[in-house]
Amino acid sequence: MAREILVGKASDFKEGDKKIVPHGKNSEIGVYLVHGNWYAYANLCPHQGGPACEGLLMAKVEEVIAEDKTYQGMRFNHDEMHIVCPWHGWEFDIADGQAVADRKWSLRKFDVELRGEDVYVLA
Amino acid sequence: MDLPTSDIHKQAVESFDTSSLLTNAARQRDARNYAAFPIVDVDCHHYENESISEIVKYIDDPVLKQMGMLYTSGGTGGQTPFNPGLVGYQDIAGRVTRYPLRKTETTPADDKHRDVHLSLRWMDAMGVDYVCLFPTPMLSLGLHPQAEVEAGLAKAYNRWLLENITAKEDRIKTMLYVPFSDPEAAYETVQEFGDHPDVIGFMIVSVRYHAVHSNPYMKTYALMEEIGKPLGFHSNYNWNDRLVGNSNRFLVTHALGFTVYNAVHICNWVVNGLPERFPKLKTVWIESGLAWIPWVMQRLDNDYKMRWSEAPSLKGLPSDYMREMYYTSQPMEMPDRKEILQMTFDMIKADTQLLWASDYPHWDMDVPSVIYDLPFLDENEKRRILGGNAIELFDLDVSSRFPNYKAA
Repeated sequence: MAREILVGKASDFKEGDKKIVPHGKNSEIGVYLVHGNWYAYANLCPHQGGPACEGLLMAKVEEVIAEDKTYQGMRFNHDEMHIVCPWHGWEFDIADGQAVADRKWSLRKFDVELRGEDVYVLA
Repeated sequence: MDLPTSDIHKQAVESFDTSSLLTNAARQRDARNYAAFPIVDVDCHHYENESISEIVKYIDDPVLKQMGMLYTSGGTGGQTPFNPGLVGYQDIAGRVTRYPLRKTETTPADDKHRDVHLSLRWMDAMGVDYVCLFPTPMLSLGLHPQAEVEAGLAKAYNRWLLENITAKEDRIKTMLYVPFSDPEAAYETVQEFGDHPDVIGFMIVSVRYHAVHSNPYMKTYALMEEIGKPLGFHSNYNWNDRLVGNSNRFLVTHALGFTVYNAVHICNWVVNGLPERFPKLKTVWIESGLAWIPWVMQRLDNDYKMRWSEAPSLKGLPSDYMREMYYTSQPMEMPDRKEILQMTFDMIKADTQLLWASDYPHWDMDVPSVIYDLPFLDENEKRRILGGNAIELFDLDVSSRFPNYKAA
C-alpha cells in the first residue's frame, strides 16, 4: 500500500508553485500545481542524479517557422511547462515527467490526491 | 533574489549553497563508499575574474598594472583590457542555476580565500579528495591580440594562485598556466614556477592559433620534460572562430569547439614526432570528452599509411602514440549503446590513461558516478580512473587523506 505524505493545504499553492517534501531519509518529492493540475515527481534526475525539482519551471521553447519555411525567431509555449534540472539543464515535461530531449528517460512520477483542503502524495 | 524564467513563472530563491545543491551527490558518495579510496579531479575551476582586483596587484609591468587597477576599480564602461570577449551563455539562460546564484552564496570571513571555501564544499559533497584547479575566463586568453597581456596576466595569476589558494589548502593543486602566445614568456614561466610543489603540471589553453610544433616552443617542452611534470592542453569554445563558431546555437559551437582545438593540436603533436623528440614528456588532453579520440586515431592512421613521408619521425602508427597519452573524461559522452563507450575505453587504454574530471562548477560537469556506475568496469578499474591513474601520473602525495595508500 502506498505511503501517504501530507504536502500541505491546497490553498497555500498558487499557479506555478511547487513544494519539495521529504520522502524517507534520503530522497524528496517535488509537488507542483501547474495549469490547475497537481503533479509529483522524485527529486532525482535520471541523468546524473541531480535535484531536478529544485530547478526552474520553464515554458517549452519553440521555433517560429513561417509558411515559406524561414526562421522567424523563438517563443515560449506556456501550454507545455518543463521541470529543468539545475545540475545540467535536462528538461522534463510536467505532464508526464518525460525528458523532452529523449522521452525514454523520465522522472519517477507519483500520484497526488486531494482530500478536502489537504494535498497528499502517494509514495 | 528572483530568477527570471519564462514570463509567467519567476522563481524566488532565498539563498544558495553549494553543499545543498549537491546533496544528491553526497548521497551517491555515501552509497558507493567513495571514502574507501582516493578520488582526484584533474579538471575543475574557479572564477578568477571575481578576484581580479587581487590578481592585478601581482602584475610586473607598471603600465599593464595601472590599466588593470583602473579596470578593476570600476572600469571604463563595457570593455576590459584582459578578456578577449567571448560571447556565450554556458548557463543555458539561467537554467543551470548555480551560475546566476553563485554571487549570493556566503562564505566565512576567515584567512581562507572564498574560492578555497567554495572548492571544498563541492569537493566534500562529491567525495573528491584532491583537485587540479584551473581558471575560467582565462581559458580564452590565448585569443588575446596582445601576447604581452597573456604573459603579464598569466604570471600574476600564477603567483596569486600559488600564494593565496594552493598554499592555503593541501587538497588543491594546479597545472601552471603557460602563456603560449609568447614563447619566451612561456619558457620563463616554466622556469620560475615549474619546481613549485603545488604545480603538478603545465597547462596550455587550446583555443588559440599557435602551432604546437613551432621551433620556439621546443626549449620549453625540453624544460618541462626535464622537470618531469606533464603538459596538459585545456580546451574551450570560441564562438568568434570562423569555422567552429559558424552556428547560431551555443550547443554546436560548444560541442564542436571543445573537441576541434584539441584535435588539431594532438594531430600536429603526433605527426611532427614530438613524442619522439620528448619521449618522457607526458601529455594530457583536457575537457574534450572521449568520442573524438577514436575519430582522430582512425583518420590519422589511415592517412599516415598513405603519406608516411610527411611524418617520417614516427616509429609506429599515430594511434600508438595517442594510446600513450592521457585524457580527462569530462564531458563524457553517454551513448545509449554502452558498447560504444566500452570500445572507446579499450582504444585509449582507459585503465591506465583515463583521468576522471568533474569540470565543476561548469554547466556540463560530471559527478564521479559517471565512472563508478559503468557496468563494464571492475572495482579496480573504477578506482584507477577516479584517482589512481592521476596519483601515478602527477606523483601526487595523498598522505593527508590516505596515509596508507598503495597503488592498485
